[in-house]
Amino acid sequence: MDFDLSEEQSILKDSLGRLLAQEYGFDVRKKLLGSPEGWSAAMWSRYAEMGLMALPFAEADGGIGGGPVETMIVMEEIGRALTLEPYLTTVVIGGGFLRLGGSAAQKAEFIPDIADGSMKLAFAQVEKNSRYDLHHVETTAEKSGGDYVLTGAKGVVLHGDSADTLVVTARSAGGTRDRNGIGVFLVDATAPGVTRRGYATQDGHRAAEIAFDRVKVPADRVLGDPEDGLPLVEAVVDHAIAALAAEAVGAMERLHALTVEYMKTRKQFGVAIGQFQVLQHKAVDMYVALEQARSITLYATMMADSLDANERRRAMHAAKAEIGRGGRVVGENAIQLHGGVGMTAEYAAGHYFKRLAMIDLTFGDGDHHLARLAEAGGLFPAG
Amino acid sequence: MDLRFTPEETAFRDEVRAFLRNHVSDAVRERLVEGEMVSREDYVTWARVLNDKGWGAPHWPAEHGGTGWGPMKQYIFLEELQKHPAPQPLAFGVNMVGPVIYTFGNDAQKKRFLPAILTLDDWWCQGFSEPGAGSDLASLKTKAVRDGDHYIVNGQKTWTTLAQYADWIFCLVRTNPDAKKQEGISFLLIDMETPGIEVRPIVTMDGGREINEVFLTDVRVPVENLVGEENRGWDYAKFLLGNERTNIARIGVSKQRLARIRELAAKEMSAGRPLIEDQRFREKIASVEIELKALELTQLRVVAADAKRGTTGKPDPASSYLKIKGSEIQQATTHLLMEVMGPYAMPDQGEPEEGWNEPPIGPGYGGQAAKSYFNNRKVSIYGGSNEIQKNIIAKAVLGL
Ligand SMILES: Cc1cc2nc3c(=O)[nH]c(=O)nc-3n(C[C@H](O)[C@H](O)[C@H](O)COP(=O)(O)OP(=O)(O)OC[C@H]3O[C@@H](n4cnc5c(N)ncnc54)[C@H](O)[C@@H]3O)c2cc1C
Repeated sequence: MDFDLSEEQSILKDSLGRLLAQEYGFDVRKKLLGSPEGWSAAMWSRYAEMGLMALPFAEADGGIGGGPVETMIVMEEIGRALTLEPYLTTVVIGGGFLRLGGSAAQKAEFIPDIADGSMKLAFAQVEKNSRYDLHHVETTAEKSGGDYVLTGAKGVVLHGDSADTLVVTARSAGGTRDRNGIGVFLVDATAPGVTRRGYATQDGHRAAEIAFDRVKVPADRVLGDPEDGLPLVEAVVDHAIAALAAEAVGAMERLHALTVEYMKTRKQFGVAIGQFQVLQHKAVDMYVALEQARSITLYATMMADSLDANERRRAMHAAKAEIGRGGRVVGENAIQLHGGVGMTAEYAAGHYFKRLAMIDLTFGDGDHHLARLAEAGGLFPAG
Repeated sequence: MDLRFTPEETAFRDEVRAFLRNHVSDAVRERLVEGEMVSREDYVTWARVLNDKGWGAPHWPAEHGGTGWGPMKQYIFLEELQKHPAPQPLAFGVNMVGPVIYTFGNDAQKKRFLPAILTLDDWWCQGFSEPGAGSDLASLKTKAVRDGDHYIVNGQKTWTTLAQYADWIFCLVRTNPDAKKQEGISFLLIDMETPGIEVRPIVTMDGGREINEVFLTDVRVPVENLVGEENRGWDYAKFLLGNERTNIARIGVSKQRLARIRELAAKEMSAGRPLIEDQRFREKIASVEIELKALELTQLRVVAADAKRGTTGKPDPASSYLKIKGSEIQQATTHLLMEVMGPYAMPDQGEPEEGWNEPPIGPGYGGQAAKSYFNNRKVSIYGGSNEIQKNIIAKAVLGL
């Protein structure tokens, strides 16, 4: 077994870590939060220059040929610096759909634009009644000649307001909760019939409510089998879950470090509060939660490309459940140990805490995944 | 032993319920149900409605304009307010400074200040905490130096809740820098209009505008605004903090939120049916309800004991227990409510009072769920953090 990063991977980690440390301090983030876009186009270009957008794509497609470990490295740095750009939605999810489900022509059309940073994507999946079920799809895709016509409404589409292209799940056959009959469509975000209402989310990211009113989608914008897209959706969401877990680990690590630093400097009763044993133990609980999260994230990362979809899904359920649980331990204790300071918008701890809480609500909260894992027989099946 | 209310208590509860139904506006009630802040004006209006009814200060003696109720009636009243929900009397005046004034203040102070607390003509805020004095409150540095008929006050208070609305602030100040730290503190009443006071807002992580820094620079406070004796302020502060036993666990708030969780979980869908039909989710609700029921009975044990022997006015470690468990339950319920909303806990709906006039994002209810979860982290920090409360119990109850 080898848990070490390769030389290239270490370079990626260090150079991105350095860039964000220099250019993306907490003050930069705070300024971006108040801006209408909510993220930095300048940093987006820097990421593209570094090759981050091209990272997961095959060299033959114009990419760099990185895998889940490279994505994990990037997402961990994103979590540590708490950046706001649409990397997850564009590269991990949008890019993931093209990598895993795109035809040769679709890859040739989209990947170069993603890789150079000129195209942003978002995943329009959640619906009013879907909660966390990927197969609950009410939006319809009606066949019209070779093309499709999409009608319905998607909600909390992360970074849906700035996306150029939307990856939309819609039902081409069957009933609302059937696993079959779901298609995945690439929709121009400015196509006639698409209306978007953008807004900020609790963690300062962006999202949109998006309505589709008889939106025409040409046949060449269908990803994979228009009546059996769910396996593709699950595969991509699993990559997203592994990536979110890595982001959470980065955020937990930084938040824990902030808390321990604070405990060493904050004095009450004539001593640093870090002298109080009960607080030491809480900081240790946070540390254990962080290391557990880190390990389960490595497991999820290693499983992201597994050809056994059931095994892969179980790993993601486990990771998402553990991240939810650990994120809460780290987040809530961090605020508590900071006292009043932790409650303020001025100070970074609350921002990490809120991001961790929102990560838990993205693609299924910890309890949702715990239930799915239990249904699937757990991680260590008998015999 | 009988765990039921007496017929008289039940009749009183029904009277309170009927009063609330008739007097709390729908708009105010809806804001509270959604977990939004109530405006200053709404608070003032409500204080006057309660005061006209004679219910402005549930636990004050009748001679000072209170109800003269015993502990059980006070408890029933406050629980009904929380469950309805209606705004509660503003704690800083009614629960904190009022009892200090009628217990330790002189006649002039009683006459000047008590009626205006009841009508909310004076909005009070609490100037105890400082940047360097939180849990270790006795290390506070804001100093008051006697200069003829005045004290000259210099220093900084922080985390001051709703100071932006306040007419008056009650402060702990250091009057004897040479004494042991608890023994050099005095309790001063300061008009917020006095030159030299500056209030700066602190935005909380959920975007809320409820706390402030208060800077005091050469603020001249008339000597007659000293409560009780000079250098005895710490005793009064302990009295103030220990005075609160009937409401500290906020049982009614948690009951109301649990009802809301059930209501919204019946509307929100999961796996193609209402979330409330999910056995696992129902177990989570039930689990919190068990804790709450037990705490309610603990609270009632404390109230009944107070009723029997009369309130002592002394700090009681029972307050610490009620505070710890009550805050944990409040936090658990806000987290559950956020879970109910699922993906629709994520949109930031903005602050309605900032001229936000667009329709809500999502289903139109529960939009503040995540913010309530974030904001309620405070309940285990303020008023003596849960760690400090545990220290108190370990020492005072367990003798460790
Ligand atoms: C929303 C909000 C509103 C508030 N409103 C007011 C107000 O209106 N007026 C007012 O005067 N104050 C107010 N406060 C202040 C509040 O009372 C203090 O925040 C509280 O006393 C804790 O102090 P601190 O924030 O300085 O944290 P610290 O005392 O620095 O505590 C930091 C951490 O150390 C722990 N700790 C400290 N000492 C010990 C110990 N001996 N053993 C174990 N653990 C310890 C604490 O529990 C906490 O986890 C408010 C606070 C908040 C968050």
